[in-house]
Amino acid sequence: MDALSIKALKKRYGSGLEALKGITLDVKEGEFFGLLGPNGAGKTTTIGIITSLVTKTEGTIRVFGIDIDEDFSAAKRLIGVVPQEFNFSIFEKVEDIVCQQAGYYGIGRDQAQASCEKYLRQLGLWEKRRTTARELSGGMKRRLMIARGLVHEPELLILDEPTAGVDVELRRGMWDFLEKLNQKGRTIILTTHYLEEAEQLCSRIAIIADGRIIENSTKRELLKKLDRETFVFDVKANNLQIAPLEQVSFTPLDDTTLEVTITKGRSLNLVFEHLGRQGIEVDSLRNKTNRLEEIFMGMVE
Amino acid sequence: MIPESLICLYTISRRETTRIFRIWVQTLVPPVITMTLYFIVFGSFIGSQLSGIKGFEYMAFIAPGLIMMSIITNSYTNTVSSFFSTKFQKNIEEMLVSPTPNWVIVLGFVSGGVIRGLSVGLLVSLVSLIFIRLPLHSFVYTALFAFLTSFVFSLAGMINGIFAQKFDDISIIPTFVITPLTYLGGVFYSISLLPDFWQMISKANPIIYMIDGFRFGFLGIADMRVTTGLGMLLIFAVVLFSINLYLLKKGTGIRT
Ligand SMILES: Nc1ncnc2c1ncn2[C@@H]1O[C@H](COP(=O)(O)OP(=O)(O)OP(=O)(O)O)[C@@H](O)[C@H]1O
Ligand SMILES: [Mg+2]
Repeated sequence: MDALSIKALKKRYGSGLEALKGITLDVKEGEFFGLLGPNGAGKTTTIGIITSLVTKTEGTIRVFGIDIDEDFSAAKRLIGVVPQEFNFSIFEKVEDIVCQQAGYYGIGRDQAQASCEKYLRQLGLWEKRRTTARELSGGMKRRLMIARGLVHEPELLILDEPTAGVDVELRRGMWDFLEKLNQKGRTIILTTHYLEEAEQLCSRIAIIADGRIIENSTKRELLKKLDRETFVFDVKANNLQIAPLEQVSFTPLDDTTLEVTITKGRSLNLVFEHLGRQGIEVDSLRNKTNRLEEIFMGMVE
Repeated sequence: MIPESLICLYTISRRETTRIFRIWVQTLVPPVITMTLYFIVFGSFIGSQLSGIKGFEYMAFIAPGLIMMSIITNSYTNTVSSFFSTKFQKNIEEMLVSPTPNWVIVLGFVSGGVIRGLSVGLLVSLVSLIFIRLPLHSFVYTALFAFLTSFVFSLAGMINGIFAQKFDDISIIPTFVITPLTYLGGVFYSISLLPDFWQMISKANPIIYMIDGFRFGFLGIADMRVTTGLGMLLIFAVVLFSINLYLLKKGTGIRT
């Protein structure tokens, strides 16, 4: 069954801005799904609609088969959300914030406290349970929101840039945590601007740009599309008019820099020899972009 | 098994109550100080120079009005500021993403207003006992008027909170509508002392019925029929509750 099924979803904000121009997207049960896209693409808007914070203009959404237009409450029970921006009261204590959230889902006090303790411990916040939220560091606030999003044991967890502003070590810790959740059978949808993160975690990735899905495939397929690599060469040469070479393209950026795109598997030696024959000396080179990022930029442009 | 909506309601209510007592210096102390000053100035200093009204000392006559005045202001202020700050800090989203029904959200915030209104009312009543001996003609009427008035003004404050977009918006109605209507609502005088024309005008002011009914509970005297006041409060409660539900359903100020 699909954990989430979005059909022809459109959103026009009151300002007249069309943030979503017809999005169709399915997330399978148990999947770790990445939703990527540049700033303003419509990721948060999409999540907002799924969680009822934003009203849709058109389209349908089903959560584990439940149409949100028919029974939003039932759908909401299955969803946990970790928003992009902090949205808890900074005056309340960590444990109150998490336990209250359980209360909003109709979970009794004892069970709420047990679940609260479980997730605060797992996320390393148990020692901070009596601290007011305002006194937490940015990374702790993020983890607080993850605990809050999980306290009612949702089947589908949606995280909107959960690792924004989190240091490398902590980020890796969060990755482990999320991977374990996913292995235990939870469906996870994640948005991120860190491509490394999507590559590490997500089995399936959709790319959204300007309110449209422009790519939706498994990570493996997506990486396969990347059969070319781009390098930037710093060169010494009088003339950057270069004779063509099979499966390699040369684009001079200025008098001393050259962008070189090669089909994977072609040897760089060939390129050096080819350039050497034309009196072009390569001083240094660097990899222009890496992996997903490259595909991503190619698609968005 | 406790029904889920009851757990939701209890959760919001508890959160509201915690807030009131966490910031008690802002929520409970100021009304007590203000009312003490009213009792001293209007009751002791000026009141002692005045003849009584309807057989009661002036001080005893105004005490129920003053208590009611603090119930009204505090109930209203509590829901408007709590709801607005919940919106402002965006933690309203915690409730919105959950299956908590709208009627529970309204009742939850309103319960906070009622708890604050009645707590302040009780504190102020205790303070008044330092200055006067206040009879209690009918506990039922006193309690009924206190509760319903507090309920109605909490609902009104919630509507204000839903529409409020900036901090200024939460004090406009209290300053320009509620305070004038309360002062003209017979806290300090019996409207039977007014010329006919002004009596007629006064009867259009709903607050006058609330104060009058509440005073009846204490003193057993009333300018108007007490049941009219009760009926009015019930109608207000139903209408304001429905408006709140409608606004939440529509998502005014909370959903984009
Ligand atoms: N409340 C709103 N009113 C009007 N327009 C909005 C509102 N919220 C978002 N938008 C617009 O909708 C578009 C999509 O925004 P959204 O927040 O969904 O993007 P995003 O993909 O989450 O971006 P980011 O990566 O920066 O978080 C943007 O053009 C944004 O300006
Ligand atoms: Mg976003």
